[in-house]
Amino acid sequence: MIYILTHYWSELIQGLGYTLLSSIIALIFSTIIGTMFAIFEVLPSRTMRIIGRIYIEIFRNIPLLVIAMFFYVLIPMYVAKIDGFTAGTIGLTIYTSSFIAETVRSGINSVDPGQMEGARANGMTYWQAMSKIVLPQAFKLVIPPLGNQFINLVKNSSVLAFVAGFDLMYQGNSIASLSLDTINSYMVVGVFYLIITLPLSYYMRHLEKRLAN
Amino acid sequence: MKKFKRYIGLLGLVSMLAIVLSACGSRQSLSKQDVLTNDKASNTITWGVKADTKLFGLMDVSDNTIKGFDVDIAKALTKKILGKNGKAKFVQVTSQTRIPLLKNGNIDAIIATMTITPEREKQVDFSDSYFDAGQSLLVKNSSNIKSVKDLNKTGTKVIGVTGANSVANIKKYAPKAKVLELSDYAQAMTALKSGQGAALTTDNGILYGMAAQNKGYKVVGGTFTKEPYGIALNKGQQPMQKAINKALKEIEADGTYNRILKKWFGNVKGFDYKEAAR
Repeated sequence: MIYILTHYWSELIQGLGYTLLSSIIALIFSTIIGTMFAIFEVLPSRTMRIIGRIYIEIFRNIPLLVIAMFFYVLIPMYVAKIDGFTAGTIGLTIYTSSFIAETVRSGINSVDPGQMEGARANGMTYWQAMSKIVLPQAFKLVIPPLGNQFINLVKNSSVLAFVAGFDLMYQGNSIASLSLDTINSYMVVGVFYLIITLPLSYYMRHLEKRLAN
Repeated sequence: MKKFKRYIGLLGLVSMLAIVLSACGSRQSLSKQDVLTNDKASNTITWGVKADTKLFGLMDVSDNTIKGFDVDIAKALTKKILGKNGKAKFVQVTSQTRIPLLKNGNIDAIIATMTITPEREKQVDFSDSYFDAGQSLLVKNSSNIKSVKDLNKTGTKVIGVTGANSVANIKKYAPKAKVLELSDYAQAMTALKSGQGAALTTDNGILYGMAAQNKGYKVVGGTFTKEPYGIALNKGQQPMQKAINKALKEIEADGTYNRILKKWFGNVKGFDYKEAAR
């Protein structure tokens, strides 16, 4: 393990960087997009609900690898030149957003409808009530499952390896084939993933505790 | 601060676990047993072959068997080593999985377009070379790339396959180019088609197969390396190595080798099979 660490340090750090970058981008955008579609699903408008439903059901039920390959192969052929990193990150964002949408929707649904009614009765518009009263309570409820999604997101970023996205897993494959020491190479990669996911896991727990009081 | 300490403690625990696990991993078992004795007892040799490489080893979905030059050579060798009734079993491998599968004892030998290199010889033993390939480039017909020199520009992307020797070679011959490593040849070809890279590089035999399968692509630049293919065995399998080398000489002497070569490469445009005949 020490040999792999010292000899392939720069590759590993590069991989860690790309994995982190991809995860952060995907985390931010999938939270925004996911929340948006969660709201779509609880809107009074039937059309909006259907649009939300279609988006979630499509991307929640297609394997991530297929979505990533779609962006890697088809988009550059017909639409725009995008590289593996971009394609993988877009795929990861869309895939995760559908799960986040479901999580946030369940949060919104478990907020007492009286909260919305009360806010509206006090003269708030629908959007004011949603953003100031319902969503804050919903997010508090869904912090633990949301944390799960974020950890899954970091791990799922290994999909970049299949579209030459230079992430940790890609470097791991490359190091394993260069050093011919498969076991230790993947062991090191596993530890590097822990470096990202363990703090994230702890932070989510900390957030959960703080918001519970 | 207290939380921080706890966190450090946990990280320490995890790294210790990793070290313990890695110690377990380096123990060998199956691969230490004598392969030739085992194979003679079971009357079967298990070969690791490619299943995504036209001409050498390609999965035929109509009857679910792998077909190609490597496969036929393996069958001929099996007959020479075990006798007429010897069975050859084929396991699908990729450039990346073949050495781990061999080391774990899942396969007895690798015959999967594997170049004999000094780095690999530290890990496995090779038979004598059974095919002489050389690295080349596959590009779109309209491409202005003529040789490996045209790739040596910053910003040029070259597609290769993880675990293949050709990736290391291209870093040597065109150090300015960026190499994209994909997991197998089918994916690499798809990436070339979608324009992710300017050229796909690997051994000429494989590239001719791809050019035959995909209209609008051609092999350019001749060969810029020598890639002798060998059959890989675990370290310490000298009896099997000797048996394979002997069988290889026999099939070369009795014409079986040339017949198989002609069957697969006789009609490949741009490839002179007579030059490769033995």
